[in-house]
Amino acid sequence: MYRYDDYDHAIVKARVAQFRGQTERYLAGQLSEDEFRPLRLQNGLYIQRHSPMLRLAVPYGLIAARQLRRFADITRRYDRGFGHFTTRHNLQLNWVKLADVPDILAELAEEELHAIQTSGNCIRNVTTDHFAGVAADEIADPRPWAEILRQWSTFHPEFAYLPRKFKVAISGATEDRAAVQVHDLGLQVVRNEAGEIGFKVYAGGGLGRTPLLGQVVREFLPWQHLLSYTEALVRVFNRHGRRDNAYKARIKILVKALGRDEFSRQVEAEWAHLKEGPATLTAAEVGRVAAQFAAPAYETLAADDLCHLAHLREDKAFARWVGRNVQAHKVAGYAAVTLSLKASGAAPGDASSEQLEAAADLAERFSFGELRVSHEQNLILADVPQRELYTVWHRAKAAGLASPTVGLIQDLIACPGGDFCGLANARSLPLAAAIQERFEDLDYQHDIGDLELNISGCMNSCGHHHLGAIGILGVDKNGEEWYQVTLGGRQGNHARIGDVIGRAFAAVEVPDAVERLITSYLAHRHADERFIDTFDRIGAEPFRATAYSNPQPSRRVVNG
Amino acid sequence: MANKQIIKERRLQDDAWKVVTLVDGEAPLDVCLPVGPLLVPVSVWKAKKACLIHREYEHGTPLGIWLAPEDKIEDIAGDIDDFSVIAVHFPKFTDGRGYSTARLLRERYGFDGEVRAFGDIGHDQIFFLNRAGFDAFVIGEGKSAEDALTAFDDFPESYQGDAVQPLPLFRRRAA
Repeated sequence: MYRYDDYDHAIVKARVAQFRGQTERYLAGQLSEDEFRPLRLQNGLYIQRHSPMLRLAVPYGLIAARQLRRFADITRRYDRGFGHFTTRHNLQLNWVKLADVPDILAELAEEELHAIQTSGNCIRNVTTDHFAGVAADEIADPRPWAEILRQWSTFHPEFAYLPRKFKVAISGATEDRAAVQVHDLGLQVVRNEAGEIGFKVYAGGGLGRTPLLGQVVREFLPWQHLLSYTEALVRVFNRHGRRDNAYKARIKILVKALGRDEFSRQVEAEWAHLKEGPATLTAAEVGRVAAQFAAPAYETLAADDLCHLAHLREDKAFARWVGRNVQAHKVAGYAAVTLSLKASGAAPGDASSEQLEAAADLAERFSFGELRVSHEQNLILADVPQRELYTVWHRAKAAGLASPTVGLIQDLIACPGGDFCGLANARSLPLAAAIQERFEDLDYQHDIGDLELNISGCMNSCGHHHLGAIGILGVDKNGEEWYQVTLGGRQGNHARIGDVIGRAFAAVEVPDAVERLITSYLAHRHADERFIDTFDRIGAEPFRATAYSNPQPSRRVVNG
Repeated sequence: MANKQIIKERRLQDDAWKVVTLVDGEAPLDVCLPVGPLLVPVSVWKAKKACLIHREYEHGTPLGIWLAPEDKIEDIAGDIDDFSVIAVHFPKFTDGRGYSTARLLRERYGFDGEVRAFGDIGHDQIFFLNRAGFDAFVIGEGKSAEDALTAFDDFPESYQGDAVQPLPLFRRRAA
């Protein structure tokens, strides 16, 4: 993976010193709350309901075992012994003290971790495919491009005070696992007829209050121009994006207002001035960065390990875990393992200090010392030899990281919600727990099969509810928590925003409503049809009819 | 406004320039121009261009203009050689349009006079403002100019090219 050189170290270290100064000036009353807020946000520091929350970047989702170990140590000494993985490759500490933050950042900087631009109205952490480098359907490894973009966007002098946040995602595979169509800027690696690498460019996607899919603003951007074109695009946004209303300030609103063609024309006109300038990438630079993502020293292995096959035959629970949590690898004899952070009863995406260390141990012992963070809030060991899967499973199980439920209802995505987040209208975690409890029976879950259920505690949509086959959004009605249900969302190449099915449900009604939706699916499905396929075939109406068929009287008990 | 201090060449200096603003309802043509070097809003420049140029010609008073965040540099691009100072106002430091304005002035239009930032700016903006092409800074009210002076070296190195160093780090990196 990418290792810092002297320049990277110097820049991150300078950031720690700068933030230490800002924090000291704030605590001394020299910076007002209004002045400090944008500064601390650009360093990932929120003031939450109970305590400040510090959001660290895991650039393009790649984290080393040594980094995870250091993070685990920090969670113990500065927090309450756990960390939280978000839907955008970030890692959050929920209980830090403001005055400790500079020290935490200084320690993390030693391990090449930082919180730069993880919030605020700037270019955020660039995200990508959690199977980058190991997926069989990869056109090119997206991580070198993500790192090149990370460097370009870090402390960009022109784009520190954009109209609103700006999120970039990049996918290098034919199947989009990076949700590029719901990012402010989405880049899809493609090859032209001559076989040269370039990017299909989507702009103006995003969730939140006005969910929109990105539009293709350029079919093919040759790789040399990645930075100059991106600079032109962000400049058009910086100059012309709305600043009078925070809810209308994302680039999607500008793209929508101008229309795709006019927006694209303005970017091209700006780019004409920058194209072939000093920001033009060189093969030497791309090669320098790409070398750091070279494949690890794989052994030459048989495609099928005999011991592994025997375990699969003999151990039903292991086979079930492999069926859900182990993905194919492009190298014979290897597999990618998802360590589930969705154990029933724990907050989705949360990991205790011990679990973080157990994951680091597994990575060191079995997967070249590296892990990935997926946007489904799980951890991934990307390079595990098949013959070790049985051992990995046992150890992961002992650490509570082996729920055999990847892609099933228990693997639901949820933001921290009203229990922690100052923006939330409603809590997400008790609802997630109630749904997980309702579907706890593994046979039932496996019978239901692939189902993306996503929960957000407010319109900011950190839980990506619009993209869930079943989406749940917390809304506030006269001080009570209610939940709106959407159906039909999908991520990936055929990304689609779900539609609201009807009136909101009281918290206590939600598990029943979800169960009725699923009963409806089970009644209508054809063989091997996923929930989303059945929905596509029969439409929302049969689901709507059952969802409201047996309305419970709304009680004032919330998340009962 | 006389004897106001400004940061230039990384030190505090006296500054004689006055910012002309229109009061509510005042027509640009009616504005009274005080003596001395003036930074006028775009509307006044457009309305009283002949008069302002005459002042420079007759009295040697240098010309200056100030841009609001929404003012487009393209609209005065043909005139920029007339100005000794082009100032950009930051009513709120969180409005970042002025950074693009400065870069365009320097990098696209080749303006080599003073580009001045004024308004709600202080220590925490100086490093980026400087890189975007500003070379003079009137620190906002209630903020410390002495403190702001230390901000030029907040970072030892930058990845991207900018108005001061056009080459990105990858073109300067030791092989």
